[in-house]
Formats: sequence, C-alpha cells, structure tokens
Amino acid sequence: MTDFILLAGFDVIKPDPGLIFWTSLIFILVWFFIGRAAFRPIQEALKKRENSIQEALDEAKKARQEVANVAASNDRILAEAREERSSILKEAGEARDSIIKEAKEKAKEEAKKIVENAKVEIDNQRKAAITDLKNQAGLLAIEIAEKLVRKELKGNAEHEAFVKTMTDELELN
Amino acid sequence: MKVKFNLFSGLIFGIILSLFSTPILASDDESKSSSGGSYDPVGTVLDHISDKNEFHVWEHVHIPLPCILYAPDHGWSFFMSSKFDHGHKAIDGYVLNHGRVNRIADPEFPQGEVDLHGTHIESKNITTADGKEKTVYSINYHDHEYMIDPPSTVDGGFVGGGITSFYDFSITKNVATMLLAAILLGWLFITVARRYKKNEGKAPSGIQNFIEPFFLFIRDEVTRPMIGEKHYERFQPFIMSLFFFILFCNLMGLIPFFPGGANVTGNLAVTLALAFITFLVVNLSGKKDYWEHIFWMPGIPAWVKIILTPVEILSLFIKPFSLMIRLFANISAGHIIILSLIGLIFLFKDTGQLGGAPTGIIVGGAFTAFMNLIELLVAFLQAFIFAILTASYIGAAVEEHHHEEAH
Repeated sequence: MTDFILLAGFDVIKPDPGLIFWTSLIFILVWFFIGRAAFRPIQEALKKRENSIQEALDEAKKARQEVANVAASNDRILAEAREERSSILKEAGEARDSIIKEAKEKAKEEAKKIVENAKVEIDNQRKAAITDLKNQAGLLAIEIAEKLVRKELKGNAEHEAFVKTMTDELELN
Repeated sequence: MKVKFNLFSGLIFGIILSLFSTPILASDDESKSSSGGSYDPVGTVLDHISDKNEFHVWEHVHIPLPCILYAPDHGWSFFMSSKFDHGHKAIDGYVLNHGRVNRIADPEFPQGEVDLHGTHIESKNITTADGKEKTVYSINYHDHEYMIDPPSTVDGGFVGGGITSFYDFSITKNVATMLLAAILLGWLFITVARRYKKNEGKAPSGIQNFIEPFFLFIRDEVTRPMIGEKHYERFQPFIMSLFFFILFCNLMGLIPFFPGGANVTGNLAVTLALAFITFLVVNLSGKKDYWEHIFWMPGIPAWVKIILTPVEILSLFIKPFSLMIRLFANISAGHIIILSLIGLIFLFKDTGQLGGAPTGIIVGGAFTAFMNLIELLVAFLQAFIFAILTASYIGAAVEEHHHEEAH
C-alpha cells in the first residue's frame, strides 16, 4: 500500500509541460536581462578595477625601481668622478715628471751639442790658426831664407827647391 | 567555546525554523488522509513536495494564483485559483484536487461554476492494462461518478504520468517562487551593478562587498579554469545566471513559511528545463574539435572508434541527464527528509506513546534543525555543482586541441 502511494503520489518526478515552459522562460529572461544589466557590467567593472590595481602596482614598482636606479647612477657618477679626478691627478703628475725629464734631457743634449760645437769650432779655429801660423811661419822662414840666400847664394835654384821642400814638410805637420 | 556556541545557536535557529513550518502542516486539511483522522506520513510528504495551483500561507489563507489551462477539446481557460473556493467549486469542468487543478473530461459534467459542497474527491487504486498500478480520482456528483484527470506530464507514462485531457500552463506555486527568485536576483544584481558604476575607481562598499566574493569565486574557481582564459568571459553571465538562479530557488525552498516552501529545484520539470538549456548552450557552442572527438576520435585505431563513437554520442545526452537527476534528487530528498522528521511530531501524537507530541517536537525539532543546516549546505553545493559541471561541459565544447602534443 505504502510503496504504491509513493509512486502514484510522487508528482515531482512527472515533468509538467507548463512548469518546463515557465522554467525555461524565467531562466532565459534571467540570463538575458540580468546577464546584460548586471553580470556583464559587473564582470567588466571587476576586470577594469583589477587592471587598474595591477597597473598601479606595476607603476609603483617601476617608480621604486627608477628611484633605486637614480640613486645607483648617482653613486656611480660620483665614483667615476672620483676615479677620474685621481686619474687626472696621476696623469698630471706623470706629465709633469716626463716634461721635466724631457726638458732635462733636452737641456743636457743641447749643452752637449753646444760643447761639441764649441769644441769643433775651437778645433777648427785652432787648425786654422795653426795653418795660418804655419803659413806665416813658412812665409817668414822663406822671407828670412830668401834674404839669407840672396845675401849668400843669389838666385840659386837648388836652394829654392830645398826651401820649398822644407815648407812642404812644415805643412804636413 | 566559540564553536560550541555557534553550533548551539545554529540548532536553536533550526528549531525555530522548523517550528514555524509545523503549523502549516498541522493546519492543512489535505494532509489528513481521507480515510479518517489518523496521520498519513507518506501522503503528507508527497503532497507537500508537489506543485500547487494556490499558495498556502497560513491556516485558511491562500494566495490565489492565475490558472492558464488548455484542453484540446475545450480550448484555453484563464481564471484565478480563488474561484475554486479551495476545492468547493468546479469551473468549466476543472476542479482542485490536493491543491492541484484536475479536469473532469466527461462532457456530461456541467460547464461554468458548479457547487461541489457535499461531494468529495475519492481515490482508487487500479491496475492498468500494462500491469502498472495507478491511483485514479473520481468525484460523485448528482449520483454520477465522474473520472478526474490530472494535468498532462511528459514522462511518457514511465513514472505514472502521461498525456491526459488537458495541459496546465498555470502560474503555479513553483512558477511563482521562480518569478520571485528572478525578481530578487534582478533587484540584487542590478543594485550591485549600479554600485560598481557609482564606485568606479573606488573600493567596493556595502552589498557589493557581499556579492563580490561569490562573483569572484564563480569566475576564478569555475568559469576561468573550466572554460579557459580565451572563452570564459563569453559564458560568465550564463554560468552566473545558472548558479544564482538555482541557489535562490534552493534557498527559497528552505524557507518554511510563505514566500518560500515551494520545492522548485526538487521538481523534475524545473531541472529538466535547466538541463535542456545547458544541453543547447554546450552543443551550440561546440567547436569542430569537439564534434570530431565525438564522432571520430582522432589518434586511436578504427575498431576502437566504432565502440567509442556510440559511447560519446550517448554521453552527449547522459551529461545533461545527470545534471537533471542530480539536482532534482538532492533537493527533493532534502525536502522529503525534513518533512518526514517533522512528521515524527504527528506520529508521536497519534501513537501517544513515549510522551506524545512534546517528545516528537523535541526529537523531530532537533533532527530537523540539523537537517536544515545540511540542506543549507546542499543548496549551495548543488548550485555550485550544476554550475561547475556546466562550465566543464562548455569547456570541453570550446576547447581547441593540438593533436601533435596532446593524447
């Protein structure tokens, strides 16, 4: 009796076409109207908000990064400047040393050159003087000899040749 | 300590809820079987979970609902259910039987308003020609017995229904509850959507804060992982509508007094309609890959395909069918259990043993409180399961496979 009633009275398992129709209609209305008026706008608003939050976070991160970059580059520039200064100083010192050294060497060379030139000049002068002296001495000797010879041996060619050899010998010295 | 307190207050809340529902049961004339004053638990429960053409509020207060009826040999009839005078009148051959419109198809029965005072509907169990047992109702009017037809159902006679002499397209208790749920849903979400517009670029506030976690949950746990990044936005409104519509109907079914109390999602017609819409949405959005996987699964030997293709085609229908049965069975079972536990009160009262009705109130009340809490969980769970399974079916339909790497 009981299980019999269970099947007979169990109306909820018998799909009523009216209820199927109304359920479909109401659900489709909910889907189209609430979907269009609420679900889609909410979805878009949420997406927009999430994007803007993400963007704000990204921007903050970027700004922080930039600040850090600026600080780092400041440090770097300072360090570079310091290095440059020390290298400039070092270079200057080196340049100074080399200039002094060069100048010294140049001066030494110049002095040496001057001395050498002077020596050559002196030598030349001396040689000229000696030559001159020789010549003068020769001429003088010839004159003396001439006079002597004229006095003693007038116009003797043998004597003249002898004198000439004598003066040549003098020149060789 | 805190947990204990919460459990205790939950129990109290449940007991209060369940006690609210008892007068409705107690006052319902129909809950008593026609054969005397003793309490009929099965009949009462089945009567309470079925759809009605009027909304019972309190004692003899009923909210009339519009009746829209179609009989092929009579045409359309429109009137309010209050015209039946709670079953004491017949209108154009239509009568109210256990709160539901039935029809006397016999052309000899007078049309128009007929006073039925002094008569009552009798039920008789018969065995039909094909061996099925069936309850038939009849009414004795002016010494003539007229058969009463229930509304047509589309189960094809498998579960005792079938096409009868008329169709009921009325705004029944279930339809009214669904309309109410839809209106509530519309009001709630349009308010929230307005908030989003007003609060653009600002932190969410008020009701927006209440709804947003649900929204994000459905998006991040259901649609996005199930349907995939590329397509989920298109289906979000559909899944949201499904989830919230089912949830609201479930929750309204748990309210034991007036605006609720209807067993909406525990009615096969409702879940059938929802499952059918899901079936359409899934298969109409199916891509080439989806159909290829059903009719000619790539990458497997031909003889396996011959076995697999019928299975895949069957699964097309089994999927929505399982959605339909799961929601229906869960919700109607919950209603049946709660009504049975409340029925304990009347059983105790009838037997008069073990302290009678007071003991029944304590035992039945405590159990009902517990069940109400479980049903609250089930209301959310079943809405969620329906939504996530629908999303996974849609996900399978719109997925694009790369055969080189997959399988």
